[in-house]
Amino acid sequence: MTNQGYLLTVLTFFPLLGTFALLLLKGDDHVWIRRLAFVTSVVEFIISLLLLRGFDLTTSAYQFEEFYAWIPNIHIHYHMGIDGISLFLVLLTTFLTPLAVLCSWTSIHEHVKEFFAMLLVLEMGMVGVFCSLDLFLFFLFWEVMLIPMYFLIGIWGHGRKIYAALKFILYTMFGSILMLVAILWLYRLSSAAGNPTFDLPVIQQMLSSGTITMSGTTEMLLFLAFLLAFAIKVPLFPLHTWLPDAHTEAPTAGSVILAGVLLKMGTYGMLRFCLPLFPEASHRAAPVVATLAIIGIIYAALVAMIQKDLKRLVAYTSVSHLGFVVLGIFVFNPTAMEGAIYQMLNHGVSTGVLFLVCGMLYDRRHTYEMSEYGGLAKPMPILCAFFLFACLSSLALPMLNGFIGEFMILIGVFDARHFAWASWAATGAILSAVYLLWAYQRVALEKVTVEKNENLPDASGRERFILIVASLVILFMGIFSPLFTHRMDATTNDLLEQVNARKGYDVQKRAPASPGIQPALPSAHELAMRTVTLERRTQP
Amino acid sequence: MFPPVQDLYRLAPEIVLCVFGMLIMLIDPFVAEGRKRSMGWLGLAGTVVALISLRWAWQNAGMSYSGLLRFDMFSLFVHCIVIGVAALGILGSFDYLDHENIQRGEFYALILFATAGMGILAGANELVTAFVGLEMSSISTYILAGFRRNALKSNEASLKYFLLGSFATAFFLYGVALTYGATRSTRFDVVSQAIAAHGAGTLLILGLGLIFIGLAFKVVAAPFQIYGPDVYEGAPTPVTAILACGPKAAAFAVMLRIFYSAFGSTSHIWFWAIWVSAVLSMCIGNFAAIVQSNVKRMLAYSSIAHAGYILVAFVAATELGSAAVLFYLAGYATMTLGAFLIVAHVGGAGERRLDISDYAGLGTKQPWVAACFSLFLFSLLGLPATAGFLGKFYAFSAALDSRVVWLVIIAGLNSVVGAYYYLKVVVAMYFWEPTKEFSPAPVQMPMFTVLLLTALGTLYLGILPNRVMEWALASARSLR
Repeated sequence: MTNQGYLLTVLTFFPLLGTFALLLLKGDDHVWIRRLAFVTSVVEFIISLLLLRGFDLTTSAYQFEEFYAWIPNIHIHYHMGIDGISLFLVLLTTFLTPLAVLCSWTSIHEHVKEFFAMLLVLEMGMVGVFCSLDLFLFFLFWEVMLIPMYFLIGIWGHGRKIYAALKFILYTMFGSILMLVAILWLYRLSSAAGNPTFDLPVIQQMLSSGTITMSGTTEMLLFLAFLLAFAIKVPLFPLHTWLPDAHTEAPTAGSVILAGVLLKMGTYGMLRFCLPLFPEASHRAAPVVATLAIIGIIYAALVAMIQKDLKRLVAYTSVSHLGFVVLGIFVFNPTAMEGAIYQMLNHGVSTGVLFLVCGMLYDRRHTYEMSEYGGLAKPMPILCAFFLFACLSSLALPMLNGFIGEFMILIGVFDARHFAWASWAATGAILSAVYLLWAYQRVALEKVTVEKNENLPDASGRERFILIVASLVILFMGIFSPLFTHRMDATTNDLLEQVNARKGYDVQKRAPASPGIQPALPSAHELAMRTVTLERRTQP
Repeated sequence: MFPPVQDLYRLAPEIVLCVFGMLIMLIDPFVAEGRKRSMGWLGLAGTVVALISLRWAWQNAGMSYSGLLRFDMFSLFVHCIVIGVAALGILGSFDYLDHENIQRGEFYALILFATAGMGILAGANELVTAFVGLEMSSISTYILAGFRRNALKSNEASLKYFLLGSFATAFFLYGVALTYGATRSTRFDVVSQAIAAHGAGTLLILGLGLIFIGLAFKVVAAPFQIYGPDVYEGAPTPVTAILACGPKAAAFAVMLRIFYSAFGSTSHIWFWAIWVSAVLSMCIGNFAAIVQSNVKRMLAYSSIAHAGYILVAFVAATELGSAAVLFYLAGYATMTLGAFLIVAHVGGAGERRLDISDYAGLGTKQPWVAACFSLFLFSLLGLPATAGFLGKFYAFSAALDSRVVWLVIIAGLNSVVGAYYYLKVVVAMYFWEPTKEFSPAPVQMPMFTVLLLTALGTLYLGILPNRVMEWALASARSLR
């Protein structure tokens, strides 16, 4: 294994460096603490942009790989690398963290130093999760990340924050402990096959080449152990009950990161571990998982509709939207899968903005009750305009990012001939328009009902900066989606090939990357090809 | 006949410890009341010299006293744990003894004697020698548990520990007798050969069962754990710290020797006994700890649970299993010692601040103490990058390697239960507003050193465990 530089190591541990620098500052020097945290996160973002420059979109192999022996005694390696799936998730993380820092600028008054230190440690954990290619290393980051999040919710949250923090960490730990057992079992299998290792690519290769053989039951159990951990994180219905509490009680920065990145770890895990390691079990379990995802889409949308608390509403939209992502993953169709990955990014940005707006409202009025607002468009037109923009992006208005993702997923689901699933999921898209627009109406439109709201200040310069940057990204992702999806092509094709081909399932490929900007919709030729394959399949 | 000089070298650590213990007893009457702490420094010097003397012992490794004792890599590993625990325990009890007004020389002497006993346990190659080691460490710790003479709880702890402990050693002794009856020897290697030659009869199995009872009592494993929480709660906190780490490590060491080398070929017989004991220990320890509001008592229950986790590795009955037990013991000693000593520190004079509400706001009162305590609790809980996680990881891995799947799943779920009560303390330290107007005394130099060392150790074993693991594996190999 060759080492390709040490960019990922720098990227992962740079925030930790920032944390140590923060700890050296005096606790009451809030200005410099904030500045240092912001600079650290921005520099981190810039470092992560280097990934784009060096990323080779023609290969599905892991890139920027690093490989060192770490605990050779039990065959644990420090193995890092990214591919088309994790590339953008890393970028999403490094993009959202500066925003999270900025939005906490004035709303955090107590233990400021510790707050930003936790945020940066969290960033380290998140980047680490997306970059690790060793099961042990992955698990390490996966669990380490819990601690800062736990403190973020528990110390700087609102309302029933302790309850929410504990619920969050216990839920996640419960899921991950079974994953740990599964990881150890894989290790045992690999050592029984003569090559003990925790290395993901190696295990994957051993599984697909038949060096490791396991019975269908074993595969299913291992798959379920992994799936449970990820399904809790996503969260998949009916394991979502921790999420509304955690999201609502967390401070704004916590909610942004939680919704923006942490939830994606669940879906990322499914893509990275469940599918390639246990293709047979994935196919067998797909109907159940997809059904749960669809139930989640509709159920969460309905629950979101009746929320009185704005932040809780946004929290439920996450459950609904992540349902789309899971559905997109488990139909094993290239378009749907790319849509799912793209939707992960979209959801991160859009929901991030929604939570940011919630936080800005909270900073002014210290409540999330929608009945306390109403007619805000008059005193604060700019903030409300961005709010509307984020709502539209989240409910998948064409031209904006959310549309591309949802559309690709739905196309893919249709394409895989799951018509019922697609139609049920599509209702979720309609419902999302209902609850988001209704929420917007209740908050921003009509007359100002509460006197206090009449003189609320509009978005400040800092807030405008945050919102403008995020909105530009939303717009950019809505228009130039091929810039993103083409970087995923090689990886998704390869992944699906592994998942499908091994057991003789159909293989479909996305058109290979071509230069220039393409419309995200499938071309006429592509559609025609699909009809042909459809017809072929229906023939006996 | 005078034993050859190598034998003395192999026993050097114990000799050093006993000599220093006796020195303390001799000098103590001549030391003025206010200067008894110097005896502590002498005791500390004793442990340091004992650690150094391990070098001689290791250079002359082998059997000594016609096969009664054995100094090998395994013995070295366990010696390092128990002597290290004693050294840190002594360092951590200076301030405690001062504010409890029980600063006396014999405290340190007893710790040294107990440690010598544990050393003998670790090196025992024969059942009666093991018994001698067991008694030597037990009797010293009985007294130590009751060292706060004016506190009722301490007296209760001492008496309970003494009465039940005597029973347990009696069981052990009876087991030894039966084993001798069945195999005509008490030496591990001979017993093993006898079993290989004649198989394991009822008498032998009965003997093994009784030995297991005696040792399970010492490691505080269910169903012989009843006395544990009371004794741990009543004993002076630094003594609890030592009790939870040293004797447990030594007892597990001798258990490994007996079960793995002497009775290794009967592992199919003792498998289920250990399995059940592991499940019971984990469940009882964790679920009882949930309802505790006294942090010291909670940690006592948690130590029962940890005995269970160690037994999970024990069940594996392979080299990997014993390596995992050893590694876990090292990690466990590091983090538990630190945790209990922080309890001693926060407890203050008369151990009045043991309730969880006393920890409210510690995160702002003494941020570094709170940070250390959080680290130990996270480690006990088993979060990655700490000793506790790698201990569990290694233990589970060893058990799975022997296809003990269900036990591992039970252990995993138990560790989630454990998360609840460990986190409760972290919640109190950081999330609760301080309700009581008090601040723990500032951390003095000795305590600071101990906390620093244990915290660094916890991280070291969690992040760069390779060397210790390698060492544990080599020790496990020398067990054969």
